[in-house]
Amino acid sequence: MNLRSIPFSAWIGIAGIAIAIFCAVFAPVIAPFGERDVVGDIWLPAGGDFLLGTDNLGRDLLSRLIYGARTTIMVALAATVLSFSLGMLLSFTAAVVGGFTDQLFSRFNDLMMAIPTLIFALVVLAVLPQHLWILILVMAVLDSTRVFRIGRAVALDVAVMEFVEAARLRGEGSLWIIFREILPNTLSPLLAECGLRFAFSILFLSTLSFLGLGIQPPAADWGGMVKDNKDGIIFGISAALIPGAAIATLAICVNLVVDWLMKRTSSLKGGRGDA
Amino acid sequence: MMESGPLTGPVPTDGTADATHPRSAELSGVPAKPNPAANPANSEIGGTLWRRFTFRRPLAALILQRLGLSVGLLFAVSLMIFGGIEALPGDFATTYLGQSATPQAVENIRKDLGLDKPWTERYLSWLGGAVQGDFGTSWASKNSVGEQISRRLGNSLFLAFFAALVSVPLAVGLGMLAVQFRNRLPDKIINVVSLAAISLPEFFVGYLLIMFFAVQYGIATFPATVYDSMSVTERLSAIALPVATLVLVVLAHMMRMTRAAILNVMSSAYVETAELKGLSMFRIIARHAAPNAVAPVINVIALNLAYLVVGVVVVEVVFVYPGMGQYMVDAVTVRDMPVVQACGLIFAAFYIFLNMAADILAIIANPRLRHPR
Amino acid sequence: MPDMLSVKNLKIEATSYPPGEPPKVVTLVEGVSFIVEKGKVLGLIGESGAGKSTIGLSALAYGRGGVRITGGEVLLDGKDILTLDRNGIRSIRGARVCYVAQSAAAAFNPAHRLGDQVIEASLRHGIMSREDAKKRALYLFRVLGLPNPETFGDRYPHQVSGGQLQRAMTAMALCPNPELIVFDEPTTALDVTTQIDVLAAIKHAIEETHTAALYITHDLAVVAQISDDIMVLRHGKTVEYGSTKQIIEAPREDYTRALVSVRQTKRDEAADQTGAQLKIENISAGYANGFKVLHDVSMHLPKGQTLAIVGESGSGKSTLARVITGLLPPTEGRITFEGKELPRALKGRSNDELRRIQMIYQMADTAMNPRQTVRDIIGRPLSFYFGMHGQKKTERVKELLDQIEMGTRFLDRYPAELSGGQKQRVAIARALAAKPELILCDEPTSALDPLVAEGILNLLLKLQEETAVSYVFITHDIAIVRAIADSVAVMHRGRLVRFGPKSKVLSPPFDDYTDLLLKSVPEMEIGWLERVLKTRRMESAGN
Repeated sequence: MNLRSIPFSAWIGIAGIAIAIFCAVFAPVIAPFGERDVVGDIWLPAGGDFLLGTDNLGRDLLSRLIYGARTTIMVALAATVLSFSLGMLLSFTAAVVGGFTDQLFSRFNDLMMAIPTLIFALVVLAVLPQHLWILILVMAVLDSTRVFRIGRAVALDVAVMEFVEAARLRGEGSLWIIFREILPNTLSPLLAECGLRFAFSILFLSTLSFLGLGIQPPAADWGGMVKDNKDGIIFGISAALIPGAAIATLAICVNLVVDWLMKRTSSLKGGRGDA
Repeated sequence: MMESGPLTGPVPTDGTADATHPRSAELSGVPAKPNPAANPANSEIGGTLWRRFTFRRPLAALILQRLGLSVGLLFAVSLMIFGGIEALPGDFATTYLGQSATPQAVENIRKDLGLDKPWTERYLSWLGGAVQGDFGTSWASKNSVGEQISRRLGNSLFLAFFAALVSVPLAVGLGMLAVQFRNRLPDKIINVVSLAAISLPEFFVGYLLIMFFAVQYGIATFPATVYDSMSVTERLSAIALPVATLVLVVLAHMMRMTRAAILNVMSSAYVETAELKGLSMFRIIARHAAPNAVAPVINVIALNLAYLVVGVVVVEVVFVYPGMGQYMVDAVTVRDMPVVQACGLIFAAFYIFLNMAADILAIIANPRLRHPR
Repeated sequence: MPDMLSVKNLKIEATSYPPGEPPKVVTLVEGVSFIVEKGKVLGLIGESGAGKSTIGLSALAYGRGGVRITGGEVLLDGKDILTLDRNGIRSIRGARVCYVAQSAAAAFNPAHRLGDQVIEASLRHGIMSREDAKKRALYLFRVLGLPNPETFGDRYPHQVSGGQLQRAMTAMALCPNPELIVFDEPTTALDVTTQIDVLAAIKHAIEETHTAALYITHDLAVVAQISDDIMVLRHGKTVEYGSTKQIIEAPREDYTRALVSVRQTKRDEAADQTGAQLKIENISAGYANGFKVLHDVSMHLPKGQTLAIVGESGSGKSTLARVITGLLPPTEGRITFEGKELPRALKGRSNDELRRIQMIYQMADTAMNPRQTVRDIIGRPLSFYFGMHGQKKTERVKELLDQIEMGTRFLDRYPAELSGGQKQRVAIARALAAKPELILCDEPTSALDPLVAEGILNLLLKLQEETAVSYVFITHDIAIVRAIADSVAVMHRGRLVRFGPKSKVLSPPFDDYTDLLLKSVPEMEIGWLERVLKTRRMESAGN
């Protein structure tokens, strides 16, 4: 792969993600004010001391946006990594072991997927205490059902290839077959899927926070910021739209990169045609 | 849900299979028996009544199978929603009373709510009630849950119906447009715009629309409240913005999937055959591509309608619309379990039903199953 | 009077998009010229990648994917069709020039009845009325020997067999009374016993209707039966162009000569066939859904010899290989290897038992992990079975590469960087690395071009002499059986039809199936098809 083959759209995506991550990492350094400091009047317009204005309690919107990047990205990333590890582990086990294990996992996964993710999350979060780690865990478990489905399909695609059968005939163990034979051949589509899950996690977390079930105040988080400022909309105050736009931009950036990864995968697969 | 789909069962249905049976009967133009393909498999089968039925009426058998599967799934989901909540940590009585609960008060409440009975008994009575539309009483408002739902469900369906009415033709039309201009400018624009649209959270789209159409220009109403006494036109104008939001959110997905489904058909060998017959573009699309694209496109639509059911939740909260979604979210924040369970079950039921409809329509549209050997 | 089809100096290009590199233009066909006269058949023959299908489609001014015709002329009745506009081209396709695809199963629309599809082009181009078109379709169904011609058109594509579909496709091409038909490997996907019928039907139909044809195939023996002239193609260029008689009986170019003589190798069988290194006794096997594939199969193989298992698809020959390897445990019977009964399932076998029986697959492409280098692929059995590593392992890999007649420069290549024949050689080296006593070869040459396949067969024979390894060789090709086998097992619909030393199995008296199978294999001889059909007719008359 060389850098020149990366299309322009993917570069935009990469740049956007880089900026967001930069904000997340160096939040205390870049942010002009503290995350929870009330610094002025409520809902001050943009400009002057406050580049993006102030929020419903008089906190600086830009600073909260920067700190919010930290929370949103961290939680979404943690949930993605967790869901991906869980989904991959279970799906590859199911695909390689097969038989009863596969049936059990797959049927249970079907059951989990029969309930829409958001509804499922609402039901579960209604019961569980509000902790950050519980939120991450719920997001991860729900999302892993999607990873499981894709992972199993991809692994089965590869697992029926003759080189895997050849490894079996050689007497190789399951670990070798998974890590040396199957995994290297599924990396590209799975990487794209991982990006897709990340974009979904950002949106899902924001939605939950918006509904008041995600990250709890006063911590800054993009979805929560929309909820905080939504009442200003009727008065023509656009404070709620700014964090909303941030969520949308980040999700678009991730999707642009995913789109490129997917096209790359499909062009690797194809390209063999008989003349 | 198509993994165990129409291509399973003892009969190889993929057409190539019988090319694999060498048939000596056909030598040098001697006509073979009318329908030789079925014979070798037929003799192997025999057996149970169901198997014979599957063989004779594969279509009916598959549809029955899907129906059964969905009922089973719904049952399992009800068990999960009820039993899963039971299994999770945290005592409802304590939650219900808050932190000031004395052990005596907790005990009383447990008895009041019936929490002292074994959970299997409570589950059965809950399920029995649910089937008849009785979901118990709300802990928070002490109202009948079923009554609330019957009013709000109508509102939500009203919203979803109009969103579907607008988005489905639009999505299919745009998808076809993208195929027609494949890899040219209109397709690329549609691709980029739809990619962006997929990434927009529902609430952002909602507030953006409110900001522009309700606040700036004042041509739409917000919040989107509806009363029983409203006329249909009043209702329609009230739900204009929520419907627009839902349409924007679901449109991009549906359109991209439609495009992929149609492209898949257009790149098939039989479309090439049609092209090599010198047929006109219109005839190729109308006669050769369309009948085969119907099934996947219907599938796409049904799946996206299932998605609409969920999208309704957020949109209702944004627009303060008195539907199921808002009811559920409010209940979740105050941990009003009977309401949460009832709403969860109903949402899941719609979702399962639409997925089932997608599967069944795909089965019906498959010519191999409609015209068995 | 101008020739019906005259192609002059054809040049065809395509743009390929290698990932991570700028797109590049590849020339597929260059400087190809030929003539098809009214009512004559021209055979285009060549290996995969020779550009024969591309040339065939150029007669319809059509390019698949990104393929473009960039130079030369395609004259139909003296008029260059490449200069026509969209409507002009449309009026030719399906009316004056028709196309028969390799896979009729994919080329028919699953949503419509066969009859409607067959007459569609005739109606759309206004060539005949619906009534006339239906009559003609009926006539063509009869000529092509389709069962129940009156009702055949009411069926859907998935309701008839592969051989019948291929004939229906021919009827579809013939229906509008075209001047020219392009046949693109119409019998390649079929079994030999089906192929001969389809071939006969096509030949008969072309003669009946006086239609000219371009017949594209990779099998010289097939094209020799049907064409008047032959053009041999390689890498998009003409190798030799002449009458069928000249090409078959007096080829001028080395490449053509090699193609003609490719099936001539024959080997004498081993005199002593008494011992049994591998003994298969009363094996029955089936799949989990209860479908039984093998019925009471028994055979045996002496050490250092080759047992060929012949049969068409669906005969259960590949299933038998899976049973021997343990991938599919048999429901009945047992397998003895070197005097010891093998555990039925793969899981029960020790590493040493696994090592002694190795396998070579039909598709070397999918049999090797695309993410591993040749060094890793061949080296893995060495470290797995013998614990070799480092220098010692590298040395042994180099030795093996020598043995399969490939140099050490291939050590760090990936499978994608190898040709089809080279891949199969690496697969053989991987099997050899385990020092096996028996190698199961599942059609190792059937996906390869004839000359490459012959190289592989010769390599296998050489290796057998050097290492005294035994082969179970699964194939559908009688010519290969003649070339390499000591003993032969003929299978049909999951049952063993005939088993014994090659000389006995392949000489009369035959059972019905073996007779049919042997007679169906095309021979490199003009007039073979007529001869076979004649004897068959006589036999059926005699019965």
